[in-house]
Amino acid sequence: MSSSMKISIKQLKLWYGDSEALHGIDLDIKQNKVTAFIGPSGCGKSTLLRCLNRMNDQIAACRIEGKILMDGENIYDPSVDVVQLRTHVGMVFQKPNPFPKTIYENIAYAPRIHGLAKKGIEMDQLVETSLRKASLWDEVKDKLQQPGTALSGGQQQRLCIARTIAVQPSVILMDEPCSALDPIATLKIEELIDELKQDYTIIMVTHSMQQAARISDETAFFYMGDLIEYSDTEAMFTQPKEQQTEDYITGRFG
Amino acid sequence: MPVNAPHHIMKRFDQEMDDVKKLILSMGALVERAIENAISSIINQDESLARKTIERDKTINALEVECDELTRNIMVRRQPAAGDLRFIIAIIKLVEDLEHMGDLAASIATTALQTSKQPSNYYDSIETMGEKVVEQMHNALDALARGDIEMAIDVIARDKKIDKRHRAMQREVLTYMMEDPRSISQLLNLSTVAKQLERISDHAVNVAKLVIYITSGQDVRHIDIKAVKELVNYNNDKPGKDKVSKAPLSDEISNEESEVE
Repeated sequence: MSSSMKISIKQLKLWYGDSEALHGIDLDIKQNKVTAFIGPSGCGKSTLLRCLNRMNDQIAACRIEGKILMDGENIYDPSVDVVQLRTHVGMVFQKPNPFPKTIYENIAYAPRIHGLAKKGIEMDQLVETSLRKASLWDEVKDKLQQPGTALSGGQQQRLCIARTIAVQPSVILMDEPCSALDPIATLKIEELIDELKQDYTIIMVTHSMQQAARISDETAFFYMGDLIEYSDTEAMFTQPKEQQTEDYITGRFG
Repeated sequence: MPVNAPHHIMKRFDQEMDDVKKLILSMGALVERAIENAISSIINQDESLARKTIERDKTINALEVECDELTRNIMVRRQPAAGDLRFIIAIIKLVEDLEHMGDLAASIATTALQTSKQPSNYYDSIETMGEKVVEQMHNALDALARGDIEMAIDVIARDKKIDKRHRAMQREVLTYMMEDPRSISQLLNLSTVAKQLERISDHAVNVAKLVIYITSGQDVRHIDIKAVKELVNYNNDKPGKDKVSKAPLSDEISNEESEVE
């Protein structure tokens, strides 16, 4: 296997209170690839995604065992700075959630906090690069001072992606990034994801199997807290190894 | 090995897949009958049967068009995946093999109309080869109906024997020509029939290979029988591959068989 591993999940178990939501997941995620997590609601795919930048830390009753190695380092090690981790591992959510600020400020906010760019030309450049990378620059370059919330849904989502990119992450997590968008806006995001994987490792949760088939390189199928099957996307959708996977992706799930 | 795969949540998808299965098996039965009749019309110089066989090819052609409509509809509406996808892809290819077999049968029947009975033993050879070829076709359809990989492999393996028989017939026809040069033009026609039967067996092999693709996911085209066996066995050892002998068309087999008789 030529492409190297970016993330290595080892025997990850997760409990919400007494109920075990993930039953010991082992999964290696390749660098500069798009990995899709699919499975029915409640299968643990979003829970696992949120483990990758420790979003579950916010939930009081949540307990985790096992390791997640990112570039060889366990992100659950006590010495890890969670804020720093989240600059490395950005996240895009289901509903676009731009800050109630200008388009410019949406991008500039986090880099300023993290001291990634000085005010003025340096910041202007970072904003432009981020918006260009998110394929949004041409649409917003003349209205950077307008509120981000005035953009269309698809543009807002690309703004959120630009905002994520601005802090120079190496991994981008996407939790159903297109489920609130129309088909054309969805295609634009998918095209963007295809471009972004050159620079980032992308992991996305999607309910649309067609979407997983369209843009992911690898697909992982989860069911009731277990990883049932993980393979090359084409193999998964033409020749799945497990009957459960076959039943799910062919629409036979009971 | 689940004989009945669980139903799709979308019931109409099940119905549409069933329609394709029924259609392809009816078409297969018609083609099989056409081949039998074509051979019989040659051997018995049965002009009326030959004409009927030629006429019935239109029905086979119409079924091909209908099958394409059904599969196209499923592709557009259901976006099939995994086993469903392999089945649809295979049917799209397989229907062409069946249609070509129908054309070959019609062509043999046309030859029957153009050939007067030759006083030669060559008819025996055609009859024997014809039986073998019909058996190939029958077994390929059976393998499809049952999702039977072993039977499919058997069809692929037997094709060598058909080829061998065909070569023997070519030599045989040459000796008849030397014995009686006046019959050369007629014998050339009969020699074409042998070639066409050999082609029908090749199409049966294509069907068998598609059966292996549907059931195991392995693409076994353009490789020899040894490699085919290795690929399929290799797959059998893999965990979760026990669904290899799933029977995609099993429900219909009994009906269709009775229709063929």
